[in-house]
Amino acid sequence: MQMLVAKYNYWIYITLMMIGLYAMIAKNNLVKKIVGMSIFQTAIILFYVSIGAKRGATIPIIEHGHGEGHGAGTHMVHAVDYINPLPHVLMLTAIVVAVATLGVALALAIRVYNRYNTLEEDEILAQIREK
Amino acid sequence: MKIIGLIIAVLTGALLIYGTVDFPGWADPASPASTHLSPHFIEKTMEETSVPNIVTAVLADYRSYDTMFETTVIFSGGVVCFILLRIFRRKEPEDRLYRHVLTGATIRVKEGGKIPPDSDDFERIDTLWTPHDLIIKTVCRLLIPFIQLFGLYVIAHGHHSPGGGFQGGVILGASIMLLAISQDLRTAVQRMREKVDALLSPTGVFIYAGTGALCLLLGLNFMDYSALASVLYVDPVTARSHGILIVEIGVGVAVMATIIWIYNNLSSAGKYDEGL
Amino acid sequence: MSEQYPALLVVVPLLSALVICVAGWVNKRLCFPIAVAALGVAAYSCIGLLLRVLDEGVIVYKLGGWDPPMGIAYYVDHLNGLVLSVVSVVALLNLIASKKSIDQEFPDKIGPFYTLYVLMVTGLLGIVVTGDAFNLYVLLEIAALTGYGLLAMGEDRAPLAALNYLYMGTIGACFYLLGVGYLYIVTGSLNMVDIAKILPSLYQSKAVLGAFIILMVGVWLKMAFFPLHAWLPNAYTYAPSAASSLIAPLVTKVMIYVMIRFILTVFTPEFAFNILAVSDSIVWLAVIAIVMGAILALAERNLKKMLTYIVIAEVGYMVGGAWLGNRAGMTGAILHIVNDALMTLCVFLVAGNIVYKLKGYAFDDLKGLYRKMPFTMTAFTVGVLSMIGVPPTCGFFSKWYLILGAIRAEHWFFMGALLFSSLVNAVLFFRIIEIAFFEPFTDHHAHGHDHQPEPIDEAPLSMVVPLWIVAAALVIVGIYTSDIVTKIIQFAIPEGIL
Repeated sequence: MQMLVAKYNYWIYITLMMIGLYAMIAKNNLVKKIVGMSIFQTAIILFYVSIGAKRGATIPIIEHGHGEGHGAGTHMVHAVDYINPLPHVLMLTAIVVAVATLGVALALAIRVYNRYNTLEEDEILAQIREK
Repeated sequence: MKIIGLIIAVLTGALLIYGTVDFPGWADPASPASTHLSPHFIEKTMEETSVPNIVTAVLADYRSYDTMFETTVIFSGGVVCFILLRIFRRKEPEDRLYRHVLTGATIRVKEGGKIPPDSDDFERIDTLWTPHDLIIKTVCRLLIPFIQLFGLYVIAHGHHSPGGGFQGGVILGASIMLLAISQDLRTAVQRMREKVDALLSPTGVFIYAGTGALCLLLGLNFMDYSALASVLYVDPVTARSHGILIVEIGVGVAVMATIIWIYNNLSSAGKYDEGL
Repeated sequence: MSEQYPALLVVVPLLSALVICVAGWVNKRLCFPIAVAALGVAAYSCIGLLLRVLDEGVIVYKLGGWDPPMGIAYYVDHLNGLVLSVVSVVALLNLIASKKSIDQEFPDKIGPFYTLYVLMVTGLLGIVVTGDAFNLYVLLEIAALTGYGLLAMGEDRAPLAALNYLYMGTIGACFYLLGVGYLYIVTGSLNMVDIAKILPSLYQSKAVLGAFIILMVGVWLKMAFFPLHAWLPNAYTYAPSAASSLIAPLVTKVMIYVMIRFILTVFTPEFAFNILAVSDSIVWLAVIAIVMGAILALAERNLKKMLTYIVIAEVGYMVGGAWLGNRAGMTGAILHIVNDALMTLCVFLVAGNIVYKLKGYAFDDLKGLYRKMPFTMTAFTVGVLSMIGVPPTCGFFSKWYLILGAIRAEHWFFMGALLFSSLVNAVLFFRIIEIAFFEPFTDHHAHGHDHQPEPIDEAPLSMVVPLWIVAAALVIVGIYTSDIVTKIIQFAIPEGIL
C-alpha cells in the first residue's frame, strides 16, 4: 500500500493522458480532437517533469556560482542538493514540439474549414460521400 | 467510435498503470533517473562549462544537438503554417474601409474611388466592426516596451537564472502579438513585416547550426564549443559558456520570429488582413 | 574530412534548408540547385560513411565532444550505413525527378516547398543515424511535421487526410515518447547502447514490459502496420506527386528501421524473441496485414490508392520478417527495406509522371499509355516485376529470404501470405498493364482519326532519366544481392540470432 501511494502522481498523469487520447479518438469535432491532443502532450510533459523530482532538493541552479573561477576547488556541489535537470531539458524540447504540432494542426483545420465550411467530422464525410 | 475510444483509452491506461508498479517511488533520491546521469551533470557542469544554471548547460551544451533540432522543429512548424495558409494572389475587395482615427468614423471607398492619403489620420480596416478601444491601445502601448525588455533580460540571463532563448523568444513574440490583438494585425505587420519574420526565423536557426558548423570547421566535432576558444581568445571552458550564449541568442531570434509568423498566418487564415 | 561524415550528412541539409528558405524570397530559381547540392553532399557522406563502416566497423561520433551517456552520440554500424545510403540516394533521385511537377503544382510556393523537402530528408537521416532515444523523438517530429505540410499541399481532400495523419502520427510519437520515459525511469539513461547495458538486470520488470509494448505500438502507428494503417491511404493518395514519392518509399521504411534498431540494439533479441512470448502473435498480425493489404488493393480502381495499399502489405512483410526471430527472416526484412524503398520509389515516380501528363490516375485514364508514354511504362514494368518478385529483379531476393525465414521458423501461414500477396500483385499489375497496353487511348479531340497510332507524348527527360536509373537499380541490386547480404547485412545482425 505504501508503495502504491508513492506513485499516485504517475497515475494522475496517466489519467490525464487517457482523457486526451479518448478525446482524440472519440470526439467528432476536429478542433476538439486538437484540444485532446494538447491534453495528451501536456500530460506527458507533466509525467516527465515529475521524474525529475527529488526529495529535499532544490532547483538545478548552482548557488553562488557566478562564473568567476570555475576550478573544482571553489566549492563542492553535491548531487543530492539539486533535482535532476535532464527531464526539464527534455521537456523544454517536448513543449516546443507540442507548440509546433498545435500550430500545424490548427493550420490544417483552417484549410479543412475553408473547404467544407464545417469542422464536424461526420458532416465532412457526408459531403465527401455525396460527390 | 465512442465505445472504441473508451476501450482503447482504458486498455492503454491499464497497461501504463501496470508498468508503474515497478517504478521507484516519486521523488526518491535513490531512483535510477537521479543516480545514473544527473549527478554528473550537477557536479561537473560548473567545472566543464562554467554555467551555474544546469538546465541551460545541459540544454545548450551537453544535449545541444537536441536543442538545435528543437529550434528546427519550430521553424518547420512556421514554414508549414505559411505554405498551407498564405494566400498570395488575393483579389482586393471591391470596397475598401477606412477609419478616421480621431473621430472613429468609418468611411467606405467604392471601387475606383479616391483613397485617402497615406497619413496618420486614416487607417485601413477590413470589416465594418473593427474594435478599437483607446484604453486598451494605450495600456498595451505602455506595456509592450517593458515586455520586450523583460524578454531580452530572460535571454541574456539564461546562464544564471531560469530562462534562456526559448522563454525569452516567446516573450518577445508575445509582445508583438499583444500589439496585433490590441490594435489589429495590419499595425503589427507594419511594425514587423512578413519578410522580416520569414528571414529572421531561418537566420536564428542558422546562428545555432552555424555556430556548431564553425566548431566543425575549427577542427573539433560538431557543436564542440571549446573550439571557439581560439576565435574568442578565452580558455575552452569559458568558450563553452560563450558558445551557449550565442546559440541562446539564435534560439531567441528564431522562436520570436516563428511564433509571430505562425500567429499572423493562423489568425488571418493567411490573408494578412486585420485578423481574428 | 571523412571522420566528420556523420555530422555532415545531417548538418549540410539542415543549413541548406535554411538557405533555401531565404533564397525563396530572393530568387525562386536558386532553390532547386541548392537542394540538389545539399542532398548530393548528404548522399556522398552517407555512402562514404558506409564504406568506412565496411572497413573499420562501428563508428562512434560524439556530438559536442561529450562522452556518450552524457552527450548525444552517433553509432554508425552496418545497419545504419545501409539504410542511410538508401534514404539519401532515394531522396536525391526523387528530388531531381520531381522538379518539373513541383514547378507545375505550386508555382508561387517553391521556396518553402524545397525547404520542407530538405528538412524532411534531414529528419529521416537523423532518425537513422542517431544513437540517442530522445534525439530520435525530436527528429521523428521534424520528419512528421514537414511530412504533414508536404502531404497537405495536394488536391482537395489532402488537408483532411493530412489532419487525420497528424492525429495518428502525434499519438504514435507520444507513445514512443512515453516508452522512452518508462525506460528512462528504470534505467536513468537515454543513450541506446547505455540502456542496453543496464536492461539485462531489469528484464523481469513490468516497467520494461510496458515500455516495450507502448514503444512498439507507437512505432507501428507511424509505419501504418495493419490495424493502425487507416491514415495512410488517403494521406498518400491525395498528396502532390513530389511529396508522395518522397514519403511513401521512405517514412515507413525508416520506421521499420527504428523497430529493428530497438529489437536488436536496445532491447536485444534475447529479450524480444525469447523472454517475451509475443513474436508469434506479431507474425500473425503481419500475416493479416499482408492479406488485408492485398485484398484492399484488389478492390481499388485508382492507381495511386492501389499502390498505397501495397505499401501497407509490404510493411507486413518487413514486420513479419523481423519478428520471425531467425537470421534469414531478419536478413529478408533488412534487405527488403532497401528493395522496397527502390520499388516504391519506382512505381510512385511512374504515378508522378502519369499525373504530370494526364492530370489523373484512375485506371480509366491509363488506356493506351504504353504507346503514349513508352519510356515511363517500360520502367513501370520493371518496377512491377520487382514488386511481384520475378527473379533478376531485387524484389525476388528479399522475398526469397523472407520465405526461407518462414520455413525455418515453420510459420507456414506467413509463407502462404507472402505467396498470396505476390499472386495478388501479379493480378493487380497485369490488369493495369492490360489496360495500358491493349486498350486504345481515348482522346476526345481525336474522334476523326480513330485508326491513327497515338503520338508519343512522354514526360520530360528530367523525369524519365531518374526513373530509368531507379529501374536499372532494381535489377543491379538484384544481381548484387549476395554481395549486399554477405558484406553488409550479415554484420548488421548480432551473432545471437541463428
